Amino acid sequence: MTDTTPKAPERAPAQPPPDAPLPAPAPRGARVRRGLTPWLFLLVPLAFLITFTYAPIVNMLAYSFTDWDGLSPELHYTGIGNYTELFTRPDLFEVFWVSGYYLAASVVQIAVALYFATILSFDVRFRNLFKGVLFFPYLINGVAIGFVFLYFFQDGGTLDSVLALFGVHSGHAWLGTPVSANVSLAGVSVWRYTGLNFVLFLGAIQSIPGELYEAAELDGAGRWQQFRHIIAPGIRPVLSLSVILSVSGSLSVFEIPYVMTGGATGTETFVIQTVKLAFQFNKTGLASAAAVVLLLIILLVTWIQRRLVPDDKVDLV
Amino acid sequence: MSRRTVLAIAAGAALVLTACTGTGAASKGADAKAPDDPAKVSGTIKVLTQRTDLVQDGTMKKYAAAFNRTYPKVKVEFEALTNYEADVKIRMNTENYGDVLMIPGVVKKSDYPRFFASLGTRAERAEKYRFTDFTTVDGKVYGQSPIGVAPGFVYNKKVWREAGVTKWPTTPAEFLSDLKAIKSRTDAVPYYTNFAAQWPLTSWTFVNGSVGCDTGATTKLAEGDPWAKGSDLRVGDTLLYDIVHQGLAEKDPTTTNWELSKPRLAKGKIATQWLGTWAVVQFRDAAKKAGANPDDIGFMPFPAQVDGKFCAVVGPDYNQAVNVHSKHKEAARAWIDWFTDKSGYDRDNLAISPLKSAPLPDVLKPYEEQGVKLIELDDTEGARVKAIDDQSEVGINKPDYRQDLVDLARGARKGSLDSFLAGLSGKWTEARKTLGS
Repeated sequence: MTDTTPKAPERAPAQPPPDAPLPAPAPRGARVRRGLTPWLFLLVPLAFLITFTYAPIVNMLAYSFTDWDGLSPELHYTGIGNYTELFTRPDLFEVFWVSGYYLAASVVQIAVALYFATILSFDVRFRNLFKGVLFFPYLINGVAIGFVFLYFFQDGGTLDSVLALFGVHSGHAWLGTPVSANVSLAGVSVWRYTGLNFVLFLGAIQSIPGELYEAAELDGAGRWQQFRHIIAPGIRPVLSLSVILSVSGSLSVFEIPYVMTGGATGTETFVIQTVKLAFQFNKTGLASAAAVVLLLIILLVTWIQRRLVPDDKVDLV
Repeated sequence: MSRRTVLAIAAGAALVLTACTGTGAASKGADAKAPDDPAKVSGTIKVLTQRTDLVQDGTMKKYAAAFNRTYPKVKVEFEALTNYEADVKIRMNTENYGDVLMIPGVVKKSDYPRFFASLGTRAERAEKYRFTDFTTVDGKVYGQSPIGVAPGFVYNKKVWREAGVTKWPTTPAEFLSDLKAIKSRTDAVPYYTNFAAQWPLTSWTFVNGSVGCDTGATTKLAEGDPWAKGSDLRVGDTLLYDIVHQGLAEKDPTTTNWELSKPRLAKGKIATQWLGTWAVVQFRDAAKKAGANPDDIGFMPFPAQVDGKFCAVVGPDYNQAVNVHSKHKEAARAWIDWFTDKSGYDRDNLAISPLKSAPLPDVLKPYEEQGVKLIELDDTEGARVKAIDDQSEVGINKPDYRQDLVDLARGARKGSLDSFLAGLSGKWTEARKTLGS
């Protein structure tokens, strides 16, 4: 959003219709007004952006250098004390292993989304219905999803009942052990976010010109070959975006495990741990530092990823 | 595009973690005096409460109407907060946090004078009220709990009888063998942890004082090792471990449901839960709704005796206080006094009255018959225990460590009970040293 919106309105008034004669230079007042117009349009969104995004981040940065407990009027400047504490306590970073489950799940998620996006981009019966069905979970509030799946995984709940229909009576406690709980939660995450990836892929696939498929069919290319040589290269930028979103998402999982298990049974993620530091143990300073570190880690991971897989221009034709 | 992702995440993280910075210096040391003439007090006061249920079903309005019979010119408004602790904490960064509120756990005792108006000196209030030293700073009292609660096991009498148990167990070992009898002779789940709801597990900390019948139990936490051999918390935690370890708790603790646990206990599908006197009224209501007999809901003390007698700790619930910035302190004070002394809130909740002169509620009649000794803990070191608890990140009043304990007991976590408790001791002792004692 920040990349595109500021440019578009700026450019629009400056471009004269292609075949109109060049207008005489406008008087000074008009030019100032013209320069000002886009900023007037931007005023409200920018004000929101600064108030609700940048100001809190600056605040958080400031808190991370203090020992504030979140309430007391007294707070002391502690320098980099919080950061030293963070990096001398390796146990605080062990929770990142949990992100591994979500990372693995996001591979599945991207594969599934890509599969359905490809199939539904061809002429299939009820394709609009299926599009809706796939995208629907993404529209549901995350907290509601947490509660729904709590019933789903209950002993004798939906999952057990469905399995029983097929004659499987496992009696397995789905959230009972760390491995099982994390796999279950990661599964919920796949269910929720596949729709988003699916829509991104579908949009990218549909922006590929139709003639290419026709030409390919004339040349005798099958579906797999069309996917391999037209679709896959055509959606590469969106694919790499999805991977970035998945990686950073896996590092900062919060809603689903927080609502469903509260971080119990080895499902605690870095963000849950940070929230607990801030709101259970009243170490707002340390928690702010942890949040800053998470931000830096995500920036770093994204940067490395962009270096490894540069986002070069795609030219199908 | 990647920048957008990062910004979105940063915004999310920032939203979660930032509170506003209204930490300006507050006026220190105001008094909320009781009005002399009830007819003259006026103003609109806002009462913040955690009892969303009572605000929704109109019970609080009824209290306000009764209050208006004595104080006709005071208008009382209620604001119920679902997530009370977290919401109030953020609002207390401003001056606008109601006229009357419950003191949230996050406020340091030494900060009470900054946030709340004093209700009077400890010397004068202690004659009439219980629990005064829980909110006393420098001889002045800043809050008053409208009810007193005692921890204990809520149990289904019928199920326990069917299992052949008629006497309250007197030792943890006896308690365990009773639960085993329930398991083998009835269909009930002997014990329900309420693991997923989290907070019910924290009530296991209230065994502190009940086991050793010691009014100085809180001071012991501040000065010693809470998990030393034979100490109260260790006895309690070991019992919880054994219950789960020996398969006497529900099959899948991770998906428990607090609301459903009430009718299930009432109907005899669950035999026992460790909660408190405050829970009895809710379970009796659930029994009525489920068509079960409310009289089957019983209440028993922790299975430990000193000199042949059980012991139960009576403690305050949330303490009500007057906002130091309130413009109608007299009216606010009038509400607290009336709510504490005359509203009948304690009786409605089958709770212990905050007035020293009042008789015990019906729920505790069996306690009187059995000669259970009721004690109050000395809270002089309460603030230090809280500081050590936060610093060590053990969280004796938080669910996490007991969830880990239950996971350990049912084999979802590696390690032995001894090393687990030793780990807690280590963290606690280290934090105590860091804070300097």
